[in-house]
Amino acid sequence: MDLNQLVVILATAIATATPLVFAGIGETITERAGVINLSADGTILMAAMTGFAAALATNNVLVGFIAAAIVGAAFASIVAFGAITLKQSQVAIGFVLALLGADLSSFLGNPIVLVPGPTVPAWNIPLLQDIPVLGRLFFQSDPLVYASYVLIIVVWIFFYRTRPGLLLRSVGEQPAAAFARGSNVVRLRYLYTLLGGALMGIAGAAFSLDFKAGWSNRSTAGYGWIALAIVIFGGWNPLRVAIGAYFFGILQSLASVAQSNIQNVPTQVFSVAPFVLMILVLVLTSGEWLDNLLARLPVGVRRPILRALRQPAPAALGKIFEQD
Amino acid sequence: MNVELQHIYKSFGAVQANVDVSLSVQAGTIHGLLGENGAGKSTLVKILSGFITRDKGAILLDGAPADVRTPANGIRAGVGMLHQDPLDFPPLTVLDNFTAGRAGGLFLRRGAAARDFRALAEPFNFALDIDEQVGNLTMGERQQLEILRLLSLGVRTLILDEPTTGISASQKTALFSALKTLAGQGKSIIFVSHKLEDVEELCDQVTVMRAGQVVGSAAIPCPTQQLVSMMFGRELAAPVKPPTCQDDVALCVENLVVGDDRIDVRVDELTVKRGEVIGLAGLEGSGQRLLLLTCAGILRPAGGRLAVRTAGGNLQDMTGRPYHDYQKAGVGYLPADRLREGLIWGLSIQEHVVLRAPANGLFVNRAASRAVADQSIQKFNIRGKADTRVGQLSGGNQQRTQLALLPSPLQLVLMEHPTRGLDIESTMWVWRQLIERCKGGTSIIFASSDLDEIVQYSDRVIVFSGGRVSAPIETAALTANKLGEMIGGKLGDRAAAAVAAN
Repeated sequence: MDLNQLVVILATAIATATPLVFAGIGETITERAGVINLSADGTILMAAMTGFAAALATNNVLVGFIAAAIVGAAFASIVAFGAITLKQSQVAIGFVLALLGADLSSFLGNPIVLVPGPTVPAWNIPLLQDIPVLGRLFFQSDPLVYASYVLIIVVWIFFYRTRPGLLLRSVGEQPAAAFARGSNVVRLRYLYTLLGGALMGIAGAAFSLDFKAGWSNRSTAGYGWIALAIVIFGGWNPLRVAIGAYFFGILQSLASVAQSNIQNVPTQVFSVAPFVLMILVLVLTSGEWLDNLLARLPVGVRRPILRALRQPAPAALGKIFEQD
Repeated sequence: MNVELQHIYKSFGAVQANVDVSLSVQAGTIHGLLGENGAGKSTLVKILSGFITRDKGAILLDGAPADVRTPANGIRAGVGMLHQDPLDFPPLTVLDNFTAGRAGGLFLRRGAAARDFRALAEPFNFALDIDEQVGNLTMGERQQLEILRLLSLGVRTLILDEPTTGISASQKTALFSALKTLAGQGKSIIFVSHKLEDVEELCDQVTVMRAGQVVGSAAIPCPTQQLVSMMFGRELAAPVKPPTCQDDVALCVENLVVGDDRIDVRVDELTVKRGEVIGLAGLEGSGQRLLLLTCAGILRPAGGRLAVRTAGGNLQDMTGRPYHDYQKAGVGYLPADRLREGLIWGLSIQEHVVLRAPANGLFVNRAASRAVADQSIQKFNIRGKADTRVGQLSGGNQQRTQLALLPSPLQLVLMEHPTRGLDIESTMWVWRQLIERCKGGTSIIFASSDLDEIVQYSDRVIVFSGGRVSAPIETAALTANKLGEMIGGKLGDRAAAAVAAN
């Protein structure tokens, strides 16, 4: 494999991963506030379809993204209302919405299947694009990809360096304690569930207006579930969630290369392989065997590794906050 | 700050937690709020701090009506509360816990926060590492952190809900001196407790609550019996344990070795007579629990033998047998963590009765189990109904339920902290029940961190200290002082010899 081929694989991986970065970070924000939005898969499909339709109708990509974000926030608001206000099971509501979104998008999106439409224009950054290898990888993309880099950094800073970020984490950890400190738990949970939903909607439009360029029924099926898995893999930390998304991107990119080079294996194997590998990695990084392996290391080395690998979920994740 | 609560009412469903409660606290004083578990003390102070919204009534701060309906209101008005279970964020650091909820700009500015924290902590001698995770702190340190945090918010009235449960003696001393300093600065302190001696030691004034109402108040010092009769509506006398020892042997342990990943303990010889009570003293985690779990048949010893008297009257070797066999032989175990190990949170008292009953076909006999549950509730004076989930019972009633579920007849009961977290009346009730059992020939081995409880009810005491175990000592030959010394490590020659032999 020469360098050029490697750069192509990595560039494809980054493009593939960008929608997952938006979805994964959106879900991370929501879950850090203590709410599980399990509707990701349905939300992404609905937003992809709506975003494409809106962009097609107005011939304006930005309108498409705004429409997609609104659809994402709307789905999230159903989860928020059911979970926070009605105090019903977040898992049940999210799951039903995931199924509903998948079918509804196919039904409503039928007229625009495979219709050509606008896409996000490429935007090479002057000067930087000419750097060998790095220029090709990072500076010959489109505004959406650049925005995803900014998103990762901004959300990380928000989580760990700002006051509202600390409150967000505290609400998902111990809502009663956040309440005792004067936070409005209900309002914060609504806010971050909607914000996370909007980012997930943008992820949907990132598929239909950029990465996959166009709409076909269930074209993004499965990515919502992968985003949910990546959040766990990433230990609810935006940086590591992004790493998880890029890792999945590399797997997909490799699979498509392998598909064109290996003839006798059915193509389905390659389209499924990244999902299977992702599950395998999840199992391996959370298995007991790793503890045994790490137990042989000296404490000074072991503890940072364990802390990096074993991020516990926010303690109040999925739990209802009862306030009297 | 002068605090006045006027005619506060609060009910949860059908339960009236506060009925026409009025309370007035002067600036610069420590005011005790005394009452047994479930008297409505916590509800009242949660209302004052805004954590719970009152149904009716008024809150006056420095004479002006204050509309405290959320903790945010409360903090703004200068009222801060230290909750019984610390409301903090265990995975976050001390500094992040301190900062969360403080006003300020968008960014955290940890350096400035650390300086504020140290400046506040210094006069109280609270030594807290700002980078430590709060989950690794002791209960006392978490309290110190909360107090500092509340002070940094500028509170002028500090409420503490049962702060002396679960902290060490030295932490209690530090806490009390800090509270006296704060009162001296003109802050008003409300100290909620069911422990008479704490209130007598610390407070200037005391208000006593019972069943959701104020039943009286007094200036300290005040005769203890007067406070007790206010708390319970009558005077209480602690049960006295008569000699209940019989001649037959109920449990015989030889050369027992048992350990976990932290500590190994060795018991050379222990013979427990029928009706005898053995107290296990020592700092928590010194191996008392290992011995209890082994005698209960839950933990397998690494070596040694263990024999239990069966219903037939002869000693039977039980070493290595399953837990089920121990239960059949009449061995009962009451864990300290009632809700996690002893009872099942979401099941009702009746369902616990069904679980305990011998397996008898596929279907549950609802009528029969209902009758047994009702009987137990009446006999053990449990404040709950057959279909009440045990998670909703108070601590005392959970312990009564555990006692009610013990099989009968019983050869041996093993207990960890049998009265932890219970008020005086429940404690006395529990021991009265246990003494009755002893008279009937049941032997008891119990671990407790309350030395008075150990000296008062044990026939013999075994002291655990740093993995070493003393020989059983007659309680008559023991004082609380001597016991304290032994827990500190002076176990005497026999134990030292046992260690040397290892």
